[in-house]
Amino acid sequence: MSAIRNWLGAHGVMLFGLLVLAYLCTPIVVVVLMSFNDPASRLGYDFDGFTLDNWTSICDPYQMCSSVGKSIQIGLMATGLATLLGSLMAFAMVRHHFRGRSTSNVLIFLPMASPEIVLGSSLLALFVNAGFAGQLGFWTIFIAHVMFCLSFVVITVKARLAGLDPRLEQAAADLYATEWQTFWRVTFPLVVPGIVAAALLSFSLSFDDFIITNLTSGQTVTFPMYVWGAAQRGVPMQVNVIGTIMFVLALSMVVGGSVLRRVREAPARG
Amino acid sequence: MVEQAGGLSGGGADLQIQGVTKRFGDFVAVDDLHLQVPEGAFFALLGASGCGKTTTLRMVAGLERPTAGRILLGGDDITDLKPYRRPVNTVFQSYALFPHLSVEDNVAFGLRRQGKVSKGELRTKVGEMLELVELQQYAARRPAQLSGGQQQRVALARALINRPRVLLLDEPLGALDLKLRRAMQLELKRIQTDVGITFIHVTHDQEEAMTMADTIAVMNAGVIEQMGAPEELYGHPRSTFVANFLGQSNLISGVVKSKQGDEFLTEVLGTTVRASKVTSRDLEGDVWVGVRPEKVILQRPGEGRQEELNRLSGGRVSDVSFVGVSTQYLVRMASGQELMAFEQNTGERRPFAVGDDVDLTWLAEHTFLLDARQDVRAGAELGDGE
Repeated sequence: MSAIRNWLGAHGVMLFGLLVLAYLCTPIVVVVLMSFNDPASRLGYDFDGFTLDNWTSICDPYQMCSSVGKSIQIGLMATGLATLLGSLMAFAMVRHHFRGRSTSNVLIFLPMASPEIVLGSSLLALFVNAGFAGQLGFWTIFIAHVMFCLSFVVITVKARLAGLDPRLEQAAADLYATEWQTFWRVTFPLVVPGIVAAALLSFSLSFDDFIITNLTSGQTVTFPMYVWGAAQRGVPMQVNVIGTIMFVLALSMVVGGSVLRRVREAPARG
Repeated sequence: MVEQAGGLSGGGADLQIQGVTKRFGDFVAVDDLHLQVPEGAFFALLGASGCGKTTTLRMVAGLERPTAGRILLGGDDITDLKPYRRPVNTVFQSYALFPHLSVEDNVAFGLRRQGKVSKGELRTKVGEMLELVELQQYAARRPAQLSGGQQQRVALARALINRPRVLLLDEPLGALDLKLRRAMQLELKRIQTDVGITFIHVTHDQEEAMTMADTIAVMNAGVIEQMGAPEELYGHPRSTFVANFLGQSNLISGVVKSKQGDEFLTEVLGTTVRASKVTSRDLEGDVWVGVRPEKVILQRPGEGRQEELNRLSGGRVSDVSFVGVSTQYLVRMASGQELMAFEQNTGERRPFAVGDDVDLTWLAEHTFLLDARQDVRAGAELGDGE
């Protein structure tokens, strides 16, 4: 009895942590498994048999691959613009004291705090009133995505900048670096991890978005919208293949990043 | 109040601070400061936190603009120059090493920005500098992988490699533990002697300032209280602040009665105390009569009577603390004031015990006189400890 209690005392936290991890990872495991599923019927979600067919015929379901392409295109473009604008805004808001700075800080939070459905429907009203009716599609989705990604970029980069020791820039100036050199040699390299994190976050938010996209898309179909539409007739197993690929990509980026960091610091350990 | 260190040459690469004032809103951090630091000096700015010493340093570095006044380096006005246009480098308080660069790249940073040396020359110079601070084998490491003392040396190398005309050190040893700090003090002193660059060292540690500097300026509330060689400041303090901040002092109320030859005769607690003119300010009327505790020799009442000694009788030992190399006594006088006497534990004689009656004796040349209008406690709480 006391042996069990001792064991629990020593490993209880670990056990609990593993349970939480299992809880978090179960959906991903299901996605990966389903990508190898050979379903007996179109509407069935049971694992009926193992097959590689889904992986060899990814683009078979009508419109699926084009919707993935559209999502990636919008995601990359929205991420690029939102990251650029958002980083500049973050620098302005951390480094400069201007009129309306605190107001801007509050306004930046608003898109994050508002329900997406409200944002989406107001954007639709705005686009229609602005004369975009009938032209809703790629560009309106792009504008909407930049809008909601911007807040996340500003907040992520701001946090990184605020944690930056101002003495590092003073030290650079003291060591003969002009303002321009100080920015590119010291400030920017130190803020880059924040900017990269912001860009990754933006891309996944954009790629993932359904509600706002659905309201501003017109005839354009993104991947989440395709899945939503397909779900009414039975989701093709290839969706799980796309999911698995996205997961593997994200995982290898994270692992690759930390391996790169280790390698860079490794020779110093000698 | 301000004395000039060294000659009034005005030439060479002397650093001159002329009437510099710095205000932050209503707060005056530095008040009409005049200072001349001769080329090649190891100069210490000593003061408690908030006395304006770091602000002074930052103005010399160009990181802060003076509200008024001028700063000259070798005769050139550098008051309005950007920090990167000044031949001045700084070792920051927490080092401010670039975390994303290796030790090597940190050290090479200044030379690369100036772009005056070839790649090969740069490598040689960085190698030499790392050798000087004994960090050759750490060249490829990141700052975060070094200990505090090693980071300190990288910061020093990063500044020194540029051969600045003035090197500014802002509490560079503050983050190190006591033992390492002592070692680094000697190290810094050695490096300064080797390279011959003017060092301006800001510190609140009076022992550190005395160990390292040729000249110390004691700063208090934005002005310089006194400036001079460590021995001079310690032996001839000119204000109660300096007397208390730099070491410890017994300050006893007295009155100047007459001047006789090269001595002042004062009356203290009913007896005559002689003070050398060399160590004392020329004062009249009420004064503080000062003597350092280690200069005081305790005697049994009436014992060792010698004409040349000042003697205060009627004391009783109220506290004895043994601190290894010395024994520190507190002696309560009839007036109620407690005076300090530190005695080396040479084993020559039996220590006194609490309750023993004693006389305090010391030489006239160890007596200094201070203005009685100054606060007798000024600087006392600040001088001890950290």
